[in-house]
Amino acid sequence: MTTGPTISRETDLSDSTYKWGFVTDVETDIAPKGVNEDIVRLISSKKDEPEWLLEWRLKSLDHWVKMAEAQGEPEWANLKFPQIDYQDMYYYAAPVASEAPKSLDEVDPEMLEAFEKLGIPLHEREKLAGVAVDAVFDSVSVATTFQDKLEELGVIFCSFNDAVRNHPDLIKKYLGSVVPYSDNFYAALNSAVFSDGSFAYVPPGVRCPIELMTYFRINTEGTGQFERTLIIADKGAYVSYLEGCTAPIRKTSQLHAAVVELVCLDDAEIKYSTLQNWYPGDKNGQGGVFNFVTKRGAARGVNSKISWTQVETGSAITWKYPSVLLQGDNSVGEFYSVALTNNYQQADTGTKMTHIGKNTKSTIVAKGISAGHGQNTYRGQVKIMPSAEGASNYTQCDSLLIGDECGAHTIPYIEVGNPTAHMEHEASTSKVSDDQLFYCLQRGLSEEDAHHMIITGWSREVFKELPFEFAMEASQLLKVSLEGAVG
Amino acid sequence: MTSTLTSTDRYQAAYQERIAVGDQFSALREKAYRRFESVGFPVARKGNERWKYTNIAPIARAEYQISITADSSPTIDEIRSQLPFGDTWQTIAFVDGIFSEGLSTVGDGRPGVSIERLSATDSPLTSELGSIAQVDEDDGFGALNTAVFADGAVILLNGEIDAESPVHVLFVTTERSQPTMTSPRVLVIAEKFSKAVLIESHIGLESGVQFSNAVTEVAVGEGASLSHYRILEKGHESFHIGTTRVRQEKDSSYTSVSFAFGARIGRDDLHVLLDGPGSECTLNGLYMTSASDHLDNHISLTHAKPHATSKQLYKGILTGKSKAVFSGQVLVEKDAQKTYAVQRDMNLLLSDGAEVDTKPSLLIYADDVQCFHGAAAGEVDEDAIFYMLSRGLDRETASRILITAYADEIINHVETESLRAHLRKSVDKLLPVFHF
Repeated sequence: MTTGPTISRETDLSDSTYKWGFVTDVETDIAPKGVNEDIVRLISSKKDEPEWLLEWRLKSLDHWVKMAEAQGEPEWANLKFPQIDYQDMYYYAAPVASEAPKSLDEVDPEMLEAFEKLGIPLHEREKLAGVAVDAVFDSVSVATTFQDKLEELGVIFCSFNDAVRNHPDLIKKYLGSVVPYSDNFYAALNSAVFSDGSFAYVPPGVRCPIELMTYFRINTEGTGQFERTLIIADKGAYVSYLEGCTAPIRKTSQLHAAVVELVCLDDAEIKYSTLQNWYPGDKNGQGGVFNFVTKRGAARGVNSKISWTQVETGSAITWKYPSVLLQGDNSVGEFYSVALTNNYQQADTGTKMTHIGKNTKSTIVAKGISAGHGQNTYRGQVKIMPSAEGASNYTQCDSLLIGDECGAHTIPYIEVGNPTAHMEHEASTSKVSDDQLFYCLQRGLSEEDAHHMIITGWSREVFKELPFEFAMEASQLLKVSLEGAVG
Repeated sequence: MTSTLTSTDRYQAAYQERIAVGDQFSALREKAYRRFESVGFPVARKGNERWKYTNIAPIARAEYQISITADSSPTIDEIRSQLPFGDTWQTIAFVDGIFSEGLSTVGDGRPGVSIERLSATDSPLTSELGSIAQVDEDDGFGALNTAVFADGAVILLNGEIDAESPVHVLFVTTERSQPTMTSPRVLVIAEKFSKAVLIESHIGLESGVQFSNAVTEVAVGEGASLSHYRILEKGHESFHIGTTRVRQEKDSSYTSVSFAFGARIGRDDLHVLLDGPGSECTLNGLYMTSASDHLDNHISLTHAKPHATSKQLYKGILTGKSKAVFSGQVLVEKDAQKTYAVQRDMNLLLSDGAEVDTKPSLLIYADDVQCFHGAAAGEVDEDAIFYMLSRGLDRETASRILITAYADEIINHVETESLRAHLRKSVDKLLPVFHF
């Protein structure tokens, strides 16, 4: 990624190493602040949604309001953050466009420039890169590349709104089937006010030849971003999906509450990779994105497989537990994660593997890095139901501490209800080995490079699960995010 | 007391009775009762991580007789075979909460140890009571114990006693006509550079409902070394909530080996504060659950000072429709640099319907540390069984050998030979319920 000319930037924050912190001047269509029935109706009507979807949104809103009154946000996570005023926030902000763009030429050039700066392969030339991109800008999908080729195979990859319009049956069948609107506080809010997102459907027996990618960006100040992703791999299908996220530098915090649902039928496989690089706030913990995300996959079919890989370097607060429901016999769930917290970042992240089917298998490899005043918590649940004959789980959680002001915490919940199940959990916490550092230093590396090299090596079990370009970028992200943490 | 009294009335009456008796603990009891009134029992578990896997509603619901007068307390010969017992041990025993002359063997004037009853002591040590197990904890059980306990033991260790002449605090409950609550209380002060072995057992001979709500406080002084063997062996209808709080000073060493062999609901809530640099702590445990038992090991450790070491190994054997919980937390505070902590929980599940929930957590706020934890669950190793079958053993014998060896890893941490014998017997007694 190269840094292009700054389009617009808040200069008083320019010392930050966060190079994705520009703001794009794009005319936006903003609804009034706050969340209520009118806003939900407005969002729904802006999107021309069918009645049933509006009803679903209203039911979600109703549930969310009840939850907010009864107990508010969940408090069990190891996170400290100020009270969020959900009424002092914009719930809808869309780039103004009279009609949906037919081709890239019709997309606002400033937005294209913004994406170019982000290094998103949105142009024709990027076909060579073999990535189909759906870019979501302040929750509205602006352009999807590579449509034609995917259509030939019957792969549907489009914005969520387009899917509602063009494939209502699929949406109706699967929306909320993995993460019901009543699942949790943030999922309920998302279900009420989500504005757009990505949708992918891979038909039976099709191996999606290219990686699908969605790029998320929050641009407007004071907005919450609430996108929804729904991916369905039909029988015997395979898809690899990439997700990247950034946000501009803002002094105030922004809320991101997304929902991702994956459905995997017999013999299908979904590989979902995330590079999360939301603005983490400045050195003193000012600003940054509050990232409350519900991600869950249902491995419904026999021999199905869902694999989550995530590299989390951004966000002031990360609350995220990509999970797999292992329903089908012989289904497989995987979770590979590297989460980094520097400065005043806090992360409470992990996974949930629920074994229901026979001979189901799950693997968890979670790496946490804490630096500065960062607090990093792995929280994961492995639940083996009495029905899960022959289930097995392997979990490995490693934490690395850099500096004496940070914290690293490991909180696994292991529930085994079947005697034939095999479950193993291992965790370790330490600092970067003095011996390794000494070796690197005496070979002439700087302390920072040495740390970077050791940490990249330490994270390799996760990085090797990422597509190649993503892995390179992930390593760079770690380097940038750790700047100033050592030496 | 009439049967129309609610549980709350009964707790209050018991508290008032203690205040009326008047002892040196009145001020502490008052504070404790106020605390109990405000927090009660942790029945509402939603969002309460400490009680996530254990539902104590049956304990809270039952109505107990609290104040009892001694009736025919069994003699040592009658129940000796069912108790952990050694001829060289110094035992202070309580039967249904009341001091038992017949079972006790204290007062032979051995050096290095002083054992007294809480209800009959003017020892200045009792001012320490409530300082290690604070009454303002969240759960209410400790506060209730403090408010109503009638008797207990205060033990001062100030010399060196060998492993074959341990101090034994024994709490026995017997069959009674109605549910009864007892409040065992123990205070142990291991003075500077003392070295001792302490056995604490909670044995239930009843088949009906009994509830023992125990609190044990242990202070391990500078350079002192204490081995604390703890046994819980209750009936399948009985409840036991044990709260043990340990504070360790500089260069001290504390070893706890816990054996939980059953209770309808049993909880061992152990917290150790490593409050001195260079201190060492080893916490081992074996839990065996059968029938519809529920045993919860709630173990937490706080490393507050640098250069301390802690090791935990807990092993479970589960059968029937029983449930075991292991929740082990290691907290390393910011100043506790150079901490080494390891924590491991292993479980053998031997039947359909048995369930184990384990939550070994690490909370680390210091960077120069080495901390590890592990957890595992599974059935008896088929390869090992196959090997033994191929050597001509039958399946049951083979499984028995494997399970016994698995349990022995914990039992072997016990230095007192005469206690090991009792423990092996208890394990054997439970084994026949395993079906292969």
